[in-house]
Amino acid sequence: MQTEIVGKPVPRKEGRSKVTGAARYVDDLSMPGMLYGTTVRSPVARGRIRAVTFGEGIPWDEFVVVTAKDIPGENAVALILLDQPYLAAEFVNHAEEPVLLLAHEDKHLLERARRAVTVDIEPLPAVFTLEESLAGKEIVWGEDNVFKSYLVDKGNVDEVWTQPDLLIVEGEYSTGAQEQLYIETNGVIAVANAAEGVTVWGSMQCPYYVHKALLKLFALPPERVRVVQCETGGGFGGKEEYPSMIGGHAALLSWKAGGRPVKIIYDRAEDMVATTKRHPSLTRHRTAVTREGKLVAMDIEFVVDGGAYATLSAVVLSRGTIHAAGPYTCPNVRVRSRAVATNVPPHGAFRGFGAPQSIFALERQLDKVAGAVGLSPAEFRRRNFIREGETTATGQVIREPVDMAGLLDRAFELTDYEAKRERFARENAENNSTQKRGIGFASFMHGAGFTGSGEDYLKSIVGAEADAEGRVRVLAASTEIGQGTNTIFAQLASNALGLDYDLVEMAQPDTGNVPDSGPTVASRTCMIVGKLVESAAVGLRQTLQGAGLLTDEYTQDEWREACRRYVERYGALKSFSQYKPPPGVHWDDEKYQGDAYGAYAWAVYVAEVTVDTLTYETRVDDFVAVQEVGKVVHPVLAAGQIEGGVAQAIGFTLYENVVWQDGRMINNQMTNYVMPTSADLPPIRVHFEEQPYQYGPAGGAKGIGELPMDGGAPAILNAIEQATGVRFTHVPLMPEALMRGLNEKA
Amino acid sequence: MSDGAIKVDVRCTVNGATHTLRVRPMARLLDVLREDLHLTGTKEGCGEGECGACSVLIDGELVNSCLVPVLQVEGAEIKTIEGVAAGAELHAVQQAFIECGGAQCGICTPGMVLAAVSLLAHTPQPTDADIRHGLAGNLCRCTGYMKIFDAVVRACERAGVKA
Repeated sequence: MQTEIVGKPVPRKEGRSKVTGAARYVDDLSMPGMLYGTTVRSPVARGRIRAVTFGEGIPWDEFVVVTAKDIPGENAVALILLDQPYLAAEFVNHAEEPVLLLAHEDKHLLERARRAVTVDIEPLPAVFTLEESLAGKEIVWGEDNVFKSYLVDKGNVDEVWTQPDLLIVEGEYSTGAQEQLYIETNGVIAVANAAEGVTVWGSMQCPYYVHKALLKLFALPPERVRVVQCETGGGFGGKEEYPSMIGGHAALLSWKAGGRPVKIIYDRAEDMVATTKRHPSLTRHRTAVTREGKLVAMDIEFVVDGGAYATLSAVVLSRGTIHAAGPYTCPNVRVRSRAVATNVPPHGAFRGFGAPQSIFALERQLDKVAGAVGLSPAEFRRRNFIREGETTATGQVIREPVDMAGLLDRAFELTDYEAKRERFARENAENNSTQKRGIGFASFMHGAGFTGSGEDYLKSIVGAEADAEGRVRVLAASTEIGQGTNTIFAQLASNALGLDYDLVEMAQPDTGNVPDSGPTVASRTCMIVGKLVESAAVGLRQTLQGAGLLTDEYTQDEWREACRRYVERYGALKSFSQYKPPPGVHWDDEKYQGDAYGAYAWAVYVAEVTVDTLTYETRVDDFVAVQEVGKVVHPVLAAGQIEGGVAQAIGFTLYENVVWQDGRMINNQMTNYVMPTSADLPPIRVHFEEQPYQYGPAGGAKGIGELPMDGGAPAILNAIEQATGVRFTHVPLMPEALMRGLNEKA
Repeated sequence: MSDGAIKVDVRCTVNGATHTLRVRPMARLLDVLREDLHLTGTKEGCGEGECGACSVLIDGELVNSCLVPVLQVEGAEIKTIEGVAAGAELHAVQQAFIECGGAQCGICTPGMVLAAVSLLAHTPQPTDADIRHGLAGNLCRCTGYMKIFDAVVRACERAGVKA
C-alpha cells in the first residue's frame, strides 16, 4: 500500500511512450481510404467575395470541394457568440480567413490544387491596429468595434485627483502579439456522414468545445457527435478554440465525401499565419500616491486587440481586467477595459490569458511611481502589498494567508538582489564598458480556475471507475497536453484511495466515454478538476463500503477483492462527482465585484540582465521565480511548468516579434519568428512556498500553469531600465527599439 | 503518383535493418521514414530545419530529416528514435528524460533524445555550455530546457552511454 504519493516525483504516466517515439499524435494516425484536406484562404484582410475560380491543369473532378453552401447546420463556430463563420460566404474580415475546402488522396496534388484556386475579392477598408479601431477609422464589427467592455470600480477614483499632497504619475504601456508555437501544429482526422454522425480525432485542449461546435455545424444531437483527443504536442491556449475550426473543416470534407476519413494537418506557415495568437494590448495608468508611498488611487484603461471575430476575447479581457491592479491594497481603483475588433485573424487564448498584458503595464508603472516618490521599487511595493483580510480591486476579501513581503524577501535572498542592485548602479556609472547590467523584479498574483461565476456555469463532472481487478480509471475530458494531467490525476486518485499509483490510469478523453470536466485552461485542471477526481475516487470506496465489501481500513488486496466481488454482483463500478462552489464565494457579473477567483497563486520574479550598448543585444543572465501555489502535487512537473512558462515569458519580452503587413503575419516561419533556444536562456531557478488552500485537492493545491507567464516581461524591463536608464514601455523589446531608446537618451 | 515523379531505388539501413526503398529521389527523408517505413516517432515541427523535431542520426551525425532528400542516404546507416532503446531496455538518455521531467508534451522529445545521444557520443563529459550549444538546434516550447539539461547530466553520470 502506497501512502504519501502526493508531493513525490512519480514517473510521468506516458513518459515511456514519449521518449521511445511510440506515442501517437494525430499525424501519426492513418485510416483506410483516407483523404487529405486543405483550406483555401482569403488573400485580403477585408472585402466582398466576387468569384472563386478553379485554375487549369488540375483534375478537379477528383476533388472534394466544400463551400459555405455545403454546411448542413449553422455556418458559425459556436463558442461565446456566433459571429465567426466556418467558411466565408460573402464577406471576409481578415487575411487568411477560410473560404473553401479541398480534399484529395494525394497530398502533393492537393497542394498544387490549393494554389490553383483564385478567390477574387473586392477589397473594403480595414483596420489593423487597436488604435485605429478605437479611433473608429472604420467600423468593422457591430456598431462601435467593441466586442466587450468592463468596469471595475472600487471607492471613488475621481475624487482623488484634486486632493492635496498627492503625487500623480501617468504611464502608457503596450504589448505585441505572441504565437503559441506548440511544436505540433494543429491537426485532426474526421469521419462524418449522415448515417453514422460525426467523429473527430485531434490535437486539442478542450474536446467538449469541439463537440459543442460540431453540434451546431451539423445540426446533430449530442449523441451523434464524438470528439477524441489524441496525444497533443503542446497547446498553451493555442488549441483551446482553434480545434473547433479545423475539426469542423475536416468533418465537412468527410461529410461531402460520404464518410471517407479526412485528415487536415497544418504546416508551420499556415499554423502561424492563420491561427490565434496572444492579444496585443495597450494600457494607460494614472496613479495617485502619498508622499509616504501609499497607493491612493489607480485609474487603469486596458484595451486588447481581439482581431476580426469575438471568439474568446471577452474572457481574455476579463482576466486581464481583474489582474490589472495586482496584489496591492488601494482604496480607489477603476479599471475600464475594452476588447476591440480589427481585421486580423482572431486573437485567442495564450497562457496567462490577458493577465500578462495588464500585469506588464502595472509592474512597469509601479517602478515609475516608486521613482517619483523617491523609494526603491521594493520598498514602495512593501508599503502596498495586499494582506490577509484586505480587499482586491473587485472587493474580494483575501481570506487565505498571503505573504507577498515574505516572497519578496526570499526572492531577494536567492538573487542577492539588494547588493547587486547597488553594485550594478555603481559599475554602470563608473566604467566605460558597453556591457550594462541590471536587476529587476515583478510581484504579482494569478487567479486559478474560471473567473467569477464561470465554474458555476461549467458545472464540471468527473467520473471514476474500477474494474474487477481493482484498477481505477479516471473519466474526465481534461487533457494531457504536456503539463502532466495523466500523472497528477493518477496521484490524486491513488492518494485518495490509498492505492498504488500504478493501479490508477486516466481514460483517453473521448466525449463518447468521459463526462464534461470542462476545458483544459485557466490553471483549473489541478485545483478544480483535481478536487473532483478525488471525490469521484472516494465515491468508489464509499460504494464498496455501502455494499458491505470493504471496511474503513483496507489493504490493496482487500480493495481488489472488494472490486472483484462488486463487479461480479452488480456490474460496472462507477462514481461521478460534480463541481460545487466553495462556501461563501460570491460574484456579481453586473458590477464586476466580488470573489473573482477561488484562490490565487502569489509570486515574485527576479531577472538579471546584461545589455550590450554596442550590439543592442540583451541577455538574461539569471532568473529566479519564487511562488506560493498551495500544496505542490508533483515537484518535478510543477517546476517544469514554471520553467517552461518563464521561458515563454522571456521569448515574449525579448525575442518573439510578430511582424504585420496589411493585417497578415509576414514572419510566419520559425526562421524569422524566433523563440528561445537552449543557448539563449539563463538558469531558471524555481522556488515554491506551500500554503495549503483549504478547498484544493491533496491537502491544498492551487493553480499553477499560467502564473509563470505573468512576471517575466516586467521583471526584465525593470532590469533593463536599471542597466540603461531608459524607461521602455513595450514588449517585445527588439534590438531596434533598444537602439532607438538609447540614441534618444544620448 | 499523380504528379508523375520517377521513382528510384535507395538502399540504406534503418535501425539496423536494411531496406531497398522505391521512392521519389527528392522525397524528404522525414516523409519516407514516416510514410513508407511507418516510423512515426520522427516528427515534423517546421519543415525548414529550425526546430529539430525531425532529427535522426545518419552515420552517427545528427541531421534534420526534413532537409534531406532521400537520395542522399544511399548506403547510409540511419538511426531514428525507434532504434535508440535496446528492445525493452531504455537508453540511459531516455531513462533520464523520464526521471528528470525532460519530456512534457513529447513532440520534440524524439529529436531531443537523439540530439542528447549524439552530444554524449561526441562529448562524453559535456560542460553546461556544451549541453546548451549541443541541444540548441532542437526547440522545446514546454520545458524551458532546464529539465532536459538535468536529464543529460544524469544520463552521462551513468555508465555505458553511447550512440
